[in-house]
Amino acid sequence: MDTTPYVVLSAILFTIGTVGVLTRRNAIVVFMCVELMLNACNLALVAFARQHGNLDGQIAAFFVMVVAAAEVVVGLAIIMTIFRTRRSASVDDASLLKY
Amino acid sequence: MYLMSEGGHTIPVVAPLEAEGAYTLLWLVVALPLLGAAVLLVGGRRTDRWGHLLGTATALASFVLSVVLFVDLLGREESERQVAQRLWEWMEVGGFSVGMDLLYDPLSALFLLLITGVGTLIHVYSIGYMEHDPRRRRFFAYLNLFVAAMLTLVLAENYVVLFLGWEGVGLASYLLIGFWQHKPSAAAAAKKAFVINRVGDIGLSLAIALMFVTFGTTSFTQVSELTSGAGEGTLTALGLLLLLGACGKSAQVPLQAWLLDAMEGPTPVSALIHAATMVTAGVYLVVRSNFVYELAPHAQTVVVVVATVTLLWGAVIGCARDDIKKVLAGSTMSQIGYMMLAAGLGVYGYAFAIFHLITHGFFKANMFLGAGSVMHGMADDVDMRRYGALRKAMPVTFLTFAMGYLAIIGFPLFSGFWSKDKIIETALVESPVAGVCALVGAGVTGFYMTRLMLMTFFTDKRWKEGVHPHESPSVMTVPLIVLAALSVLGGILLLGDWIVGWLAPVVGEAPHHEPPVPVIVLTVLTVAVVAVGVAAAWFLVGRREVARTAPQDVSFAVRAARADLYGDAINDAVVVRPGRRLVTLLLGVDHRGADGLFTGGGSAVAGVGGLLRRVQNGFVRSYALSVLAGALIVVIALMVVNS
Repeated sequence: MDTTPYVVLSAILFTIGTVGVLTRRNAIVVFMCVELMLNACNLALVAFARQHGNLDGQIAAFFVMVVAAAEVVVGLAIIMTIFRTRRSASVDDASLLKY
Repeated sequence: MYLMSEGGHTIPVVAPLEAEGAYTLLWLVVALPLLGAAVLLVGGRRTDRWGHLLGTATALASFVLSVVLFVDLLGREESERQVAQRLWEWMEVGGFSVGMDLLYDPLSALFLLLITGVGTLIHVYSIGYMEHDPRRRRFFAYLNLFVAAMLTLVLAENYVVLFLGWEGVGLASYLLIGFWQHKPSAAAAAKKAFVINRVGDIGLSLAIALMFVTFGTTSFTQVSELTSGAGEGTLTALGLLLLLGACGKSAQVPLQAWLLDAMEGPTPVSALIHAATMVTAGVYLVVRSNFVYELAPHAQTVVVVVATVTLLWGAVIGCARDDIKKVLAGSTMSQIGYMMLAAGLGVYGYAFAIFHLITHGFFKANMFLGAGSVMHGMADDVDMRRYGALRKAMPVTFLTFAMGYLAIIGFPLFSGFWSKDKIIETALVESPVAGVCALVGAGVTGFYMTRLMLMTFFTDKRWKEGVHPHESPSVMTVPLIVLAALSVLGGILLLGDWIVGWLAPVVGEAPHHEPPVPVIVLTVLTVAVVAVGVAAAWFLVGRREVARTAPQDVSFAVRAARADLYGDAINDAVVVRPGRRLVTLLLGVDHRGADGLFTGGGSAVAGVGGLLRRVQNGFVRSYALSVLAGALIVVIALMVVNS
């Protein structure tokens, strides 16, 4: 079967995610965009696995989901802490660690 | 085995036998004083009470051993009188190997006796002389070190081991000249001796390097065999480099300046440096390297020139100085000049060089120790203008000194008469110009030694107030008496040309030359010239009032002589000041150029770093952008590579 639409969709989703990460200030939104990029990747992996007729890509997609779940836990915890101390969830406000 | 030289006479090759019997103890001769030095230096204050006795005992034991070996060597056939002992393999690099080898032959045997014998007497004398010095133990440690180094030098079988002893002597002389280091002048004199000696050492080390390149070995045995195969240019270079080394150690012009300053050391040190060790090393080196010089006549000529200049130079200095030790130092320079002259005359002179070296060792040690005894009685004053009429106050010192005096001026039948006369005679035959200079030198020697004698022991009392001259204790006078006896009797070594025959296996036998005039005429001539010198001193010093302070309105010649013929000024102008200027220049280049390059590079890196760290701005999103850019670059690169 032709996987082109899936790959194109994946690329579109990834681009949306990237632009979101680069342009949005709200940490939660940035986080969601990261998730979007991860899932765009998952989509591509599954599409290519289908195209090649083996299961490697699908297994990789599962791994990505597990890692993403773990990452969400840690990431949200960090965002919570930052929000509690600064009363803000803007990623630009937390910029003390620099030159 | 012998090689033939161009002159038709033979040059002996060093061909030693393996050491056996008593000769296996050869290493002990060096090891004993070395052990003494080690015990005294490591033992520290615990050895203070008996350190001087141990130091003397090790020197004495070395002397006894030397006598035993010498007697044994006397009993051997002439062809079996060279013995070598290999102690251990010192270094081995590729095909080049240097062994810790010792060589005992007629030449080293004589040196061993001189060094340990006179050395022991000086040790004994120092017990009395240094009695009140709080650092006496250290002094004896250095004396032992000095003796050990000198013994290494004369017992070496190759030039590398010789160099070891050579440097050891340099080190020990540095330590001893600067022994009273609290005096800035002593510290400076020690440094001066050390630095000037380094200049000579450059010559010796280059000579060793050249030998290694040319012959692939530095052992006397092999080099003496191989010299006949080398080109004359190489041998001349070798001879000149060795001469440079000899000039440094033996205080020959142009490296003579350290010797007079070396008088800053305690007097026994001066005696040791001038009589038994150190300055004789240069003469030893030239005589030992006879297999080089015999085939390099040009180098020999240079040796003769240097020696002639030095013997006059030293004599002139001796005439002008009022410091008793410096007069003696000038005379040492001059006498070493005589030895070098004899050594430069080649096979005709080697034996006489060594003969004069030995008799000079006796009478110069005698006179230096005598001068020390005088200083001891005169509250350490060295200015002869404040001596006078000491013969009654110090009868033993006077009588023993007189023996040394008669020996050095060459009074008939005294040891110096035989040895110096032989050198002048040989020089007159072989190299008339040098011979005439040597003859004049003998007259000047008569002058300055008589002047010293008159100013110290005769004329009127010019003592400083509160000085009460007294005879020295017997621990000091007994060595003086022994040395005085040797100064008188040293000439018996020449009996039946014994020393010439004895040294023949080492330096070769000279073809017989009939001198153009009978020998007796030359002898009478020499004695007459000396008598003129003595008479001149009598009229100029003995019959006049001696001024308490040196007169200042004197001729240019006297001023030049008082300034050591401007030796230091020449060194300053030719070496020191240009050297300083060069160093200043190099320092400027270093500061501005080299340092600028490196500090400039450093600050450039720091500046770039300062700019780059602005990238770390703390904004997560800009980091994300960088990551994206990086990822894009990687992807594009992959696509480019894969397409």
